[in-house]
Amino acid sequence: MISMKDVYKTYANGVTALNGVSVEIEQGEFVYIVGPSGAGKSTFIKLMFREEKPSSGTIMINDIHLSDLKEKKIPYLRREIGVVFQDFKLLPKLTVYENIAFALEVIEESPRNIRKRVMEVLEVVGLKNKARFTPNELSGGEQQRVSIARAVVNHPKIVIADEPTGNLDPETSLEIMKTFESINDSGTTIIMATHSKEIVNRFKKRVIAIEDGIIARDEQRGEYGYEV
Amino acid sequence: MKFRTFLRHIRVGSSNIIRNGWMTVASVGAVTTTLILVAVFLALMLNLNEMAKNIEDDVEIQTLIDLTADEEDVQNLGEQIEQISGVDTVLFSSNDDELNKLIEGMGEEGEAWKLLEQDNPLNHAFIVRAENPQDTEAIANQIEKFNHVDKVVFGQDVVEQLFKFNNYARMIGLALIIALVFTAIFLISNTIKITIMARSREIGIMKLVGATNWFIRWPFFVEGMLLGVLGSVIPIALIMVGYYYLDTTFSGTLSFSFVEILPYYPFAWQLSLMILAIGAVIGIWGSVMSIRKFLRV
Repeated sequence: MISMKDVYKTYANGVTALNGVSVEIEQGEFVYIVGPSGAGKSTFIKLMFREEKPSSGTIMINDIHLSDLKEKKIPYLRREIGVVFQDFKLLPKLTVYENIAFALEVIEESPRNIRKRVMEVLEVVGLKNKARFTPNELSGGEQQRVSIARAVVNHPKIVIADEPTGNLDPETSLEIMKTFESINDSGTTIIMATHSKEIVNRFKKRVIAIEDGIIARDEQRGEYGYEV
Repeated sequence: MKFRTFLRHIRVGSSNIIRNGWMTVASVGAVTTTLILVAVFLALMLNLNEMAKNIEDDVEIQTLIDLTADEEDVQNLGEQIEQISGVDTVLFSSNDDELNKLIEGMGEEGEAWKLLEQDNPLNHAFIVRAENPQDTEAIANQIEKFNHVDKVVFGQDVVEQLFKFNNYARMIGLALIIALVFTAIFLISNTIKITIMARSREIGIMKLVGATNWFIRWPFFVEGMLLGVLGSVIPIALIMVGYYYLDTTFSGTLSFSFVEILPYYPFAWQLSLMILAIGAVIGIWGSVMSIRKFLRV
């Protein structure tokens, strides 16, 4: 479960990104974060995996208080959260298999478990036959599926995606959404920042709209609501 | 840390050394030059120290006793001197002993002095040694004030000059060594910074998937330490060969007791070990300095 209470965030350069945000997200929900560029979506997302610290207010993720989380404990928070980015963030010299295994190696998982889990997760994203390919031999959609596989290989309770379909054509975006839905079906919370009207209006989920640093709208099975 | 992880860090760290090619050569070269200079200074300083210590240990206060003093006065004086704090030993040396020393010290020409054995003009004396050679002057000044003391001789100028020279040599040597070491640390940290920038994407991903800072740091530690150790290979070889050469040519030809250089074994080994340790510290320190900034993700 994620809960934010009166969260403010002002950056060192004086820009106020969040101006008092309170929200609760239950385990297993699928939530879109929408809103104009620069409204605070990215900050909202970065606060959740502690890339940024709130200026004031409290953030709780699975009983972890993020506001007074010690620097040393951040890695353990991140092991409970999978993150997916618009630019995939894959290592170009490693194969698909190695890219996913890397996430388990750095948290000192045993080789036997690594092999098992990587194969499982490749099955989930439908890339079992491309395990030995390097990222540049794959299409954009496939690369994004690799990065989703990497995000969920550790069985996190929460997956955070920042514009995961931003670089993909509409058809590929649908595939990615189906992958996210199947991960969500297994009980994983998914929080996705997006600019895609088609996706939000087609796959109806809870929509949280952030404008000028506050939550302007929060509705179940909501619409995108902005003209693109 | 699990053993498997430990092996991984060593593997990644050493493969970086190879991957960085010329950068590695450059920083190992910098460490090598630094360590050669450090080794020369250290060898000089430690030998100078040893020589100074030998001379210091030879410093004694010769207290000449008034010719008019009778036996009781002499005994009293001896007790008084013994009670000065910092005095190590007080030896009585009769005028005959003093004459014999003089004759021995003069060699062939001393024979002529033997004529004086019948009518010895010398004073009885106390030979006083200080526990700490640096206190010699203060003790001598106190003795001078006692009754029945004719003269106090301890080679004031030589001792003072020596202490001064020795202190300066130590300070200058130390300053040079520190400056050299910092230069090498700076060079290494720059090399590693370049390798980190090349890997910053990888580090960013590691942080996102929950790697601890130490997990990320270790390979760079290994890399830095290896750079330092590799840099110490040539200096150590030079010490082993060069000092052996020095030792065999010098020992024997210089007969003054205090100019003897430290013996090859164990000194060359100790010096090599020191150089190895300094090399490793330079490497590790350089790597620590350069990673810090990159871990703030």
